Amino acid sequence: MSPSYQDLLAQAREAIPEVEPSDIAPRVESGDGPLIIDVRETAEWDQGHLPGAIHVPRGFLESRIGGVTSGTDQELLISCASGQRSLLAAKTLADMGFSNVTNLAGGFARWKQNNYPVEVPRILSPAQRSRYSRHVLIPEVGEEGQLKLLDSKVLLIGAGGLGSPTAYYLAAAGVGTLGLVDDDVVDESNLQRQIIHTTDRVGMNKGESAKQAIAALNPEVQVNVHPFRVNRDNVLDLLDQYDVVVDGADNFPTRYLMADASLMTRTPLVHSSILRFEGHASTFMPYDGPCYRCLFPEPPPPDLAPSCGEAGVLGVLCGVMGNIQATEAIKVLLGMGDTLSGRLMIYDALGMTFTELKVRRDPDCPSCGPNADLQLRDYEAWCAGVGSHDHAGATA
Amino acid sequence: MSTVKIPPVLRQAVGGERTVEAPGSTMGEVLTNLCQAHPAVGAQILTPDGELHKYVNIYVNDEDARLLQWTDTPVGEGDTVMILPAMAGGA
Repeated sequence: MSPSYQDLLAQAREAIPEVEPSDIAPRVESGDGPLIIDVRETAEWDQGHLPGAIHVPRGFLESRIGGVTSGTDQELLISCASGQRSLLAAKTLADMGFSNVTNLAGGFARWKQNNYPVEVPRILSPAQRSRYSRHVLIPEVGEEGQLKLLDSKVLLIGAGGLGSPTAYYLAAAGVGTLGLVDDDVVDESNLQRQIIHTTDRVGMNKGESAKQAIAALNPEVQVNVHPFRVNRDNVLDLLDQYDVVVDGADNFPTRYLMADASLMTRTPLVHSSILRFEGHASTFMPYDGPCYRCLFPEPPPPDLAPSCGEAGVLGVLCGVMGNIQATEAIKVLLGMGDTLSGRLMIYDALGMTFTELKVRRDPDCPSCGPNADLQLRDYEAWCAGVGSHDHAGATA
Repeated sequence: MSTVKIPPVLRQAVGGERTVEAPGSTMGEVLTNLCQAHPAVGAQILTPDGELHKYVNIYVNDEDARLLQWTDTPVGEGDTVMILPAMAGGA
């Protein structure tokens, strides 16, 4: 005769030890308890769960358990609403070879009745779950990662060639707050590459124009327009409001200012620069990896450093490099993958090659080295002067 | 002969080429020979005393030459010397 539900429970109870909430609560509260697997449905989980528990719905138990455990000998505590679904789930795990599986007697209901601590997860709204579903599907991002992005604040220096695609994609990705620093207005000659702007917004401040595009794409994103040039008087206050800064400036004084200010405020700096067919990209993690000045201690003289306005730039190059910056910003925010910290990536659109150069911390770096006397300086004068002198700080 | 990779800002000085072959047994010799063949390059990357400007990064086979033996870094057939000045453009 086929076993009934009661038979299955009885069999499982013989194979799986059970613990009362009072037995396990001290270990859970002190943080050295077993790994807690909550097998309830999503709607139940959203109402609250044991602290530190991991949500693996019963229907996904067999397929997902390997991804959340370190091995079949790991100590597991299985929990559901009343302790029955979890008992069957625990039996399944034992059948799969897990040797140290316990069931929480009475489940989450008894835990809660005894007033043990409960975590109520922050969750995406149904609309957010739909909008960001392709992110939520990626295990490395998931709902938790998406919530982190929604809480994140990214400052973009420049809403031009690099800033346009970067801001657009970060907004689409649901980065909750974007700051756009740009004192310039949209010009017709920008539209060949600055895709966040439109023909009918020529003459409008670039931050304002980008804000309109972002509002149409993702109205949930808070856009802070900073319609001025970043300088040594405002940079530190500005950076204090953001988690990551993305540098898409078009001049050396701003780039060296951002490099030093990112160190002073310990704000990760995602860098890119572009000219004609070529782009550079790197990520500078303050005092953890090399900084911009470890790589480029001094700017070249102005005649060796033309801007895109002087020398030209292939429009689509901005899309490639801006999206590398957006990718790096998201990775830094979510703490996943390997960033370009310690590497300079060079993209040559003509050869269609990516070259990677190693960048190391310079022990004598005038900005981040152990003997550096880091202070914001007059970067305009310094950048205009270093080419004719050849040692750091000559005209600071 | 080593292959010297020319950055966008110096390509005009070498007739528009993205790479140039130059002889020499060290990185310094290769660049000296390059600058003799293309004086406009030398005007940009060398000081009046013939030293490399501090704003010029040189990579030998994708390694920072400052961490190798700088201008004394040995190079030979098939090696790549990259001239890498910082770029500022972003708009």
